[in-house]
Amino acid sequence: MSVYGPIVKIHPVVFASIVDSYERRNEGACRVIGTLLGTIDKHTVEVTNCFSVPHNESEDEVAVDMEFAKNMYELHKKVSPSEVIVGWYATGYDITEHSVLIHEYYSREAQNPIHLTVDTALQSGRMNIRAYVSAQMGVPGKTVGVMFTPLTTKYVYYDTERIGVDLLHRTRNIPSRTNGLTTDLEQVGSAASRIQEMLTTVLSYTEDVLSGKIAADNTVGRFLMDLVNKVPKITAEDFESMLNSNINVRETFFFFFLHNDIYLNFLSDFEDESCSRLGSTDPFSFICSSSLHGAPPQAS
Amino acid sequence: MPPQKCAARGGPPPPSAPSYATVSEVVLKIIKHYHEEGQGSEVVQGVLLGLVVEDRLEITNCFPFPQHTEEDADFDEVQYQMEMMRSLRHVNIDHLHVGWYQSTYYGSFVSRALLDSQFSYQHAIEESVVLIYDPIKTAQGSLSLKAYRLTPKLMEICKEKDFTPEGLKKASIAYENMFEEVPIIIKNSHLINVLMWELEEKSAVSDKQELLNLSSSNHLEKSLQLLMDRVDDMTQDIVKYNTYSRNLSKQQQQKHQYLQRRQQENAQRQSRGEPSLPEEDITKMFKPPQAPPRMDTLLIAGQINTYCQNIKEFTSQNLGKLFMAEALQGHSS
Repeated sequence: MSVYGPIVKIHPVVFASIVDSYERRNEGACRVIGTLLGTIDKHTVEVTNCFSVPHNESEDEVAVDMEFAKNMYELHKKVSPSEVIVGWYATGYDITEHSVLIHEYYSREAQNPIHLTVDTALQSGRMNIRAYVSAQMGVPGKTVGVMFTPLTTKYVYYDTERIGVDLLHRTRNIPSRTNGLTTDLEQVGSAASRIQEMLTTVLSYTEDVLSGKIAADNTVGRFLMDLVNKVPKITAEDFESMLNSNINVRETFFFFFLHNDIYLNFLSDFEDESCSRLGSTDPFSFICSSSLHGAPPQAS
Repeated sequence: MPPQKCAARGGPPPPSAPSYATVSEVVLKIIKHYHEEGQGSEVVQGVLLGLVVEDRLEITNCFPFPQHTEEDADFDEVQYQMEMMRSLRHVNIDHLHVGWYQSTYYGSFVSRALLDSQFSYQHAIEESVVLIYDPIKTAQGSLSLKAYRLTPKLMEICKEKDFTPEGLKKASIAYENMFEEVPIIIKNSHLINVLMWELEEKSAVSDKQELLNLSSSNHLEKSLQLLMDRVDDMTQDIVKYNTYSRNLSKQQQQKHQYLQRRQQENAQRQSRGEPSLPEEDITKMFKPPQAPPRMDTLLIAGQINTYCQNIKEFTSQNLGKLFMAEALQGHSS
């Protein structure tokens, strides 16, 4: 039985699912459990999906709907055949005795399952997220026990996921917790202001170091060197010409597509009338050919 | 309450139009589904679950649909869906089917298949919606998720299946009245907000600022390619329609001539005292040519419109970025 290296990589969609199923739990249940799906690498486990499993917990016994878990796993496998069961999750702060039983079940499904706890009740003031693997302990042959050893969790994102999460972050600051999707230039504006903030932070840091308020740190200095060197060195004229050619191209297309709306309207009228009078002139191909050859179309 | 019509150009919607709230989980699941299963230009699809709250549609969960593969000929889609929904009901997840989602390639989604699917959904549930997720645009820096539904006019036409030119003219449908875009807002519960804070603390700041990337001619090229293909299709369609109209008018002329000749002959015969020739059934002799269905043209026009919208947005962003770069350069030199 191999023990994993201490890193578990988790995607944000897993957490969103867990929190959501916690919010929908049955009355009387104080925690929810579910299966974690993902992929296993040689040294790391990457958790990419999860689903909740109904279960009943009382003082002395715990009942988990295993049929359901198997069914769901089959259904999920149809969509993503590469995902396997890598462990299970439970909300709540502690690991209880029932957890041991459930963990045993999952050991049958997966090799060395991961146990993830998400503290949705915010017992320690924040949402603690921890991952564990079980290890045997005790005297072999006599009293054996199971110990849960903690692992390091890392949050990984696909690029598109990160962009999605950035958008979701914005609901934090709005009292109604809602957020619309912004339009083009607004996004560029906000990205630019973010960069501006970062630059201000870096600048203030360097000024402090220069004036002696903070001791200089070599690693930070090296990063700053890299940053400054990354700015490409182009002469002003080259930059101007590159910029202007780009702007010209884009302005052409911008206005072209504004006019497109007008021509599409023209086209639909064109069809409505009896077209026997008109020959095979096609305004569309005329417009396309003229603008793609560089000449902007005449304003209609 | 029937929704107000809002133009597909994306102008500001009237205040009483329904809006659609979706939750973080749905967004993340859609992103993940595409990323894992939809590489290349294949579309990934899935079902949206949620509930209707007053005039708003809340989308609270979703599940993906497996791809169509050749080997799984016996795979029963309906059964998969039923089982999924039954299982989700056990864990208290809303099991009302409120729509579906689809990924798109550079914005091309206006197709017959989409129309048919959305029509059947909207027929069953009036509020239903199709979420279009554009992964390539998202990878460029901002989440591109749009919700569309068919306008009531288009619904009527689809119901009657009358796609002839006269039918469409009667309903006065143009390409802009086909789909209406509805605004999406993302609603998060407090607990999710806590989760977001936790995630932000623990994860490193992203080192890729894709939104401010200046190089984008690749994207523009692809979009234009697709646009040109569509325009080609459009011209072919127009040629077909032209031929049809020409045939129709030629036929009218022939009918007219035939009738005239008949009358002349009859007049001659009468003057000679012979019985007139029997009236023959005109329609059987001159069968009218088949009118080409106009739905495809509408769809193509709608698609071209979507491409133009996308490219417009894209170029305006780029112009902004270029001017910013120019300002910075001017500043330092």
